[in-house]
Amino acid sequence: MVKKTFSLQKNVSRFIDNGQLRRNLRFSMDTMKQTRAALFSDKSEFETLRKLGQSIRQRSLDKLPELLVQLEEKCTANGIRVHWAETVDDANQIVLDVINQHGSSRLVKGKSMVSEEMHLNSFLADHGVDPIETDLGEFIIQLAGETPSHIIVPAIHKNKAEIADLFHKKIPDTPYTEEVEELNAIARKILRQKFFEAEIGISGVNMAVAETGTLCLVENEGNGRMCTTLPPVHIAVMGLEKVVEKLVDVPPLMRLLTGSATGQPITTYVNMITSPRKPGEKDGPREIHLIILDNKRSKILADPQLRQTLQCIRCGTCLSHCPVYTRIGGHAYGFVYPGPIGTILTPQIEGLKNTNDLINASSLCNACEEVCPVKIPIPDLIRRLRNESMSNKGSVEGAGTKRALSEMSAWKAWKLINRHAVLNRLSGKAAAAFGKQLKGIGPLKAWTSCRTLPKFARKSMLDLADENGVSDE
Amino acid sequence: MKRDYPEKPERVYYFGTCLVNMLYPEAGMAGISLIEREGVEVVFPRKQTCCGQPAYNSGFPEEARDVARHQLKQFGKNYPIIIPSGSCAGMMRHHYPKLFADSPEYQEMLRFSDRVFELTEFLVRVLQIRLEDKGEPVKITWHSSCHANREMGVIQDSKSLLRQLSNVELIELSREDECCGFGGTFSVKQPEISSAMVIDKVEDIRQTGTKKVISGDCGCLMNITGAIEYRNLDIAGQHIAEFLWERTHG
Ligand code: SF4
Repeated sequence: MVKKTFSLQKNVSRFIDNGQLRRNLRFSMDTMKQTRAALFSDKSEFETLRKLGQSIRQRSLDKLPELLVQLEEKCTANGIRVHWAETVDDANQIVLDVINQHGSSRLVKGKSMVSEEMHLNSFLADHGVDPIETDLGEFIIQLAGETPSHIIVPAIHKNKAEIADLFHKKIPDTPYTEEVEELNAIARKILRQKFFEAEIGISGVNMAVAETGTLCLVENEGNGRMCTTLPPVHIAVMGLEKVVEKLVDVPPLMRLLTGSATGQPITTYVNMITSPRKPGEKDGPREIHLIILDNKRSKILADPQLRQTLQCIRCGTCLSHCPVYTRIGGHAYGFVYPGPIGTILTPQIEGLKNTNDLINASSLCNACEEVCPVKIPIPDLIRRLRNESMSNKGSVEGAGTKRALSEMSAWKAWKLINRHAVLNRLSGKAAAAFGKQLKGIGPLKAWTSCRTLPKFARKSMLDLADENGVSDE
Repeated sequence: MKRDYPEKPERVYYFGTCLVNMLYPEAGMAGISLIEREGVEVVFPRKQTCCGQPAYNSGFPEEARDVARHQLKQFGKNYPIIIPSGSCAGMMRHHYPKLFADSPEYQEMLRFSDRVFELTEFLVRVLQIRLEDKGEPVKITWHSSCHANREMGVIQDSKSLLRQLSNVELIELSREDECCGFGGTFSVKQPEISSAMVIDKVEDIRQTGTKKVISGDCGCLMNITGAIEYRNLDIAGQHIAEFLWERTHG
């Protein structure tokens, strides 16, 4: 499902003037930032926790191959069937096979970004199966026929009135109401019935513990609990980086995850799934399948710097703090993962060519790096991908794709001027040169659409320093 | 950012930055005056050019390395290097070592980086400057550059200098930590997002009701004042060095 013609620039033009979207985002982002800040108010305590989170994730990635083998062994011993999927096509096929084995058609689904990455819903729809999204946000966007615009709050781009309107139009016999409680009740009534009827439940995995073969899943609505316990079959999908080594690694990561995501010390529901229903037990699925998806992750793992991308625990807080995301919303990013994490992850999954100018979706303000609970150096990784896009020697798929003669030569000229002081000075008149270089990088009218032109001083600082006799040694 | 600060030195280097050189030379000179008034000699190597950040951020590390090497040569002696920009200081302090991580020049770059200080950081932490305000009462607001804030961690230093001025009332922005949208080449590569950001920033500044916005970075200033002028607002932008010097000399 690669969008061959993706262009961030074009998408931005589509979304940026949507004032309603901007206000919805601003409002929600501000709330999310405040609750997070309140929970992590002690800076040094947070820094200590963050370092711990980073080291847990790095250790997991360092040992990933062994841990995955261990996870498979433990899960298998616990009665969970493990499937490996190299591509999203493989993963989708595995899901379909399980569905077909059981002759099922009634599916419920909890929130899962990996299933979005697989475009599972549309794949299944093509095969005559329509899973029902049960997370309220996902339920809303499924009704609207959209995709999530935030990895934690999928319907963040919609406000109450838009949701009220959607329910009124799309759900039969539903009066228009903006009362949140009433809207919840409407969704709950529909979903409850779906849970009872469901033959298969699909969920994601927040982390999988190699030591014990435990699948951890956090959520606030209880729908995840329902999806993983009510239907007789449970299918869990996870990216292969989601494994951690030990059970004791879970609490600090959970704290970082829920604290960063929603400002909660812990979520309302914490599911830890270790086996299907055992003889004599009264609930739980009879069958659990775990699908472990690669989809380029092993390639990312092979690069010591880019590997840090896989530390991500998908808390979404880099989105909420990103000044770019706040202006354009998640859909402008064109692919499944928006915001800063999407800016570094998507080009590595889809290739630099397909993701085109996505790597420019950052002013490198470092807000994301400052809040990331596992200390991913997102700005450095963006720079690395920009380097790759300009270099024929890069290792990321599509490297060298942005090499354009005009820009290459602009930077060559820039280098010349800045390596030769005489040139630099002459060009003090540098002003003129600066303007000329700029053209290869971006159009001047981009600057003047909302700003006046910079005013170059008649005398440069070099001139003034000469006149004032400042030492040159 | 925790770091150890040296004793007050006899002599320092000054790196003016290319934006100061071309657009805000008076601010650069004011920085020199502030240091000299404390009895420290300032050396301003005339062959200095750019810190290399534009290329570094745009996917041209080789070009950035060449330009970084050029600066290394101009600042060869063991003096502290003072920079009136959090962004260029961040580049030279934190990114030079990264640029040379795999090269034999790494140690040399590390020693160079260790000598780099942002101007207000140096005034406060090393010179422990005391300012006497000679200006009329005025209300101002302050814009934090992202790199002064998140890379150099010097915002408290900058603001403490403003607070030393008895006749100056600092009214803070509601979103002081948010990027103004400059981001160097970002402003021309993603012009619409950049515009949306600077328009919001200017609105935040306007809401303070002050007539002056002070910042420690000329990139942000160029961006913000450009957008202020475009709207014909009666608000002036000024670099902190120039503001401090104007209010305390004579
Ligand atoms: S990159 Fe960091 S902040 Fe962003 S979603 Fe991942 S863990 Fe959270």
